[in-house]
Amino acid sequence: MPLSLSTSREVGRPAAARPTPAARLQAWLPRLVLAPSAAVSLCFVYGFMLWTFVLSLTNSRMLPSYDFVGFAQYARLMANDRWWVASTNLVLFGGLFIAICLVLGALLAILLDQRIRQEGALRTLYLYPMALSFIVTGVAWKWLLNPSLGLEAMVRGWGFEGFRFDWLVNPDMAVYTLVIAAVWQASGFVMALFLAGLRGIDDSIIKAAQLDGASLPRIYWRVVLPCLRPVVFSAVMILAHIAIKSFDLVVALTGGGPGYASDLPATFMYAHAFNRAQIGLGSASAMLMLGGVLAILVPYLYSELRSRKHG
Amino acid sequence: MANVIRRQTPLARLGRMALYATLILAALFYLLPLVVMLLTSIKPLEEIRAGSLLALPLAPTLEPWAKAWGEACTGMRCEGIGGYFWNSFAIVIPAVLISTLIGALNGYALTQWRFKGSELLFALMLFGCFIPFQVVLLPMAQTLGWLGLASSRAGLILVHVVFGIAFTTLFFRNFYVAVPRELVAAAKLDGAGFFRIFWRILLPVSAPILVVSVIWQFTQIWNDFLFGVAFSGHDTQPVTVALNNLVNTSTGVKEYNVDMAAAMIAALPTLVVYVLAGKYFVRGLTAGSVKG
Repeated sequence: MPLSLSTSREVGRPAAARPTPAARLQAWLPRLVLAPSAAVSLCFVYGFMLWTFVLSLTNSRMLPSYDFVGFAQYARLMANDRWWVASTNLVLFGGLFIAICLVLGALLAILLDQRIRQEGALRTLYLYPMALSFIVTGVAWKWLLNPSLGLEAMVRGWGFEGFRFDWLVNPDMAVYTLVIAAVWQASGFVMALFLAGLRGIDDSIIKAAQLDGASLPRIYWRVVLPCLRPVVFSAVMILAHIAIKSFDLVVALTGGGPGYASDLPATFMYAHAFNRAQIGLGSASAMLMLGGVLAILVPYLYSELRSRKHG
Repeated sequence: MANVIRRQTPLARLGRMALYATLILAALFYLLPLVVMLLTSIKPLEEIRAGSLLALPLAPTLEPWAKAWGEACTGMRCEGIGGYFWNSFAIVIPAVLISTLIGALNGYALTQWRFKGSELLFALMLFGCFIPFQVVLLPMAQTLGWLGLASSRAGLILVHVVFGIAFTTLFFRNFYVAVPRELVAAAKLDGAGFFRIFWRILLPVSAPILVVSVIWQFTQIWNDFLFGVAFSGHDTQPVTVALNNLVNTSTGVKEYNVDMAAAMIAALPTLVVYVLAGKYFVRGLTAGSVKG
């Protein structure tokens, strides 16, 4: 081998038929660069998902154990009142959060699209909450919703003595305070999505409808909004994703309380896996959360891929 | 082209006024919590108890800010959140730089050096953007323990890099896909290698996407709470965790002004980034969602 190397050096240039080690390395370099990320994603995403699934089949409590009990943890979960509260809350919170964000976002985007002076400044104001941590949002709203010193006290101070706004400490209403804070944080983002969509619509469609004598609200409802279907679609996906992952907001705003009245699956999982020494049960709830995300994601990706093929 | 028909009837003018009123009302709704936070954070406690939420401070003071920074209790300790503020920077800066660099190289390799299976690989990695992190928390905790990184800053940096790569790769891949491949093909013919082409051709045009990626990662990691609370120790908590502890520490009188000052401190870095580079922030948020 060393001999052949020296001859090739004497010749001065390697035979074209045989790639040099360096050239072979070049050819493999892209794969080598991607390899660590691929390995990390394989282990830390797929491997860990599998691992959590395995844990959910065991009776792990304080520490992971590998005594398999089949789907007993899932059965326990189904029989767990707190899990049902958390799941029902997620449907309530997620549904309202998505619906209000969409309506508010679309409305603000349409209003902003009417050649508004200072549009940039308004847009900046609508969107800045998205830059904040949900913990900051939770702390701020916890203060605003504080019954004795916050908004309730302020409105009472204006002379409306009977005014009540004690949702934060009311077990039936606490989950709606999560909706308020989350809408405050994310609706500006939905507005930005819609505005970008509106700017992408061809003006001539609107003008044609205008010449036909259609009123402005009618044009938006019948012509413009249908064009924004893809935007609605991605907004719903992103918002649903935020809703399922909501953890910090609950921790900071209600702490899941009063009692566990405003628990969400994310806080349920954390409480059981990390504080209550119920690793098996916590893992089972994490798997169901993953199932929830997949149930939203798979149809979305499917339709995306289909439209791309046809479009 | 000002050919949108606009009639200046009184009715239209009234509509216009209603339009602006609605928009300003909405702006007030978004501003309210920030204004209240700021006002509360510079009021003495007596004024908070006596006055209204929106009342201007009669005797404005920066004492709550000083206390939140250096003295307030976060759980067992009473050293303020200043140390945790720097902790967050010590975690965020390396994590952002590493994940952005890896994302850039990945995006480059995935678009300009396609090979069999590279699209599949990208799809597999992309899935990391969507999983609820609850599903990796327990295995991650155990793995960090095995690596000897439990409760350490290095451990948190690792976690943020691992789960940030999916996003940064997505950003750079979608950006580099638009770079004409002839450019790179010509450089390859001239004998330039993988890294040389990246350095000389791709990187010089990457400024916008670099900014988007850095801002996205900075905001995400700074605002993270879940990983911070699950994997940090007493000394390595990020500021979001410390803020939550501070607000929930109940020793003696509840100092709302200090709570609000601490919340402002925790919010400031991302707010500053947003004000300075809002355009790129929005672009990061919408990347991949509008374009699909």
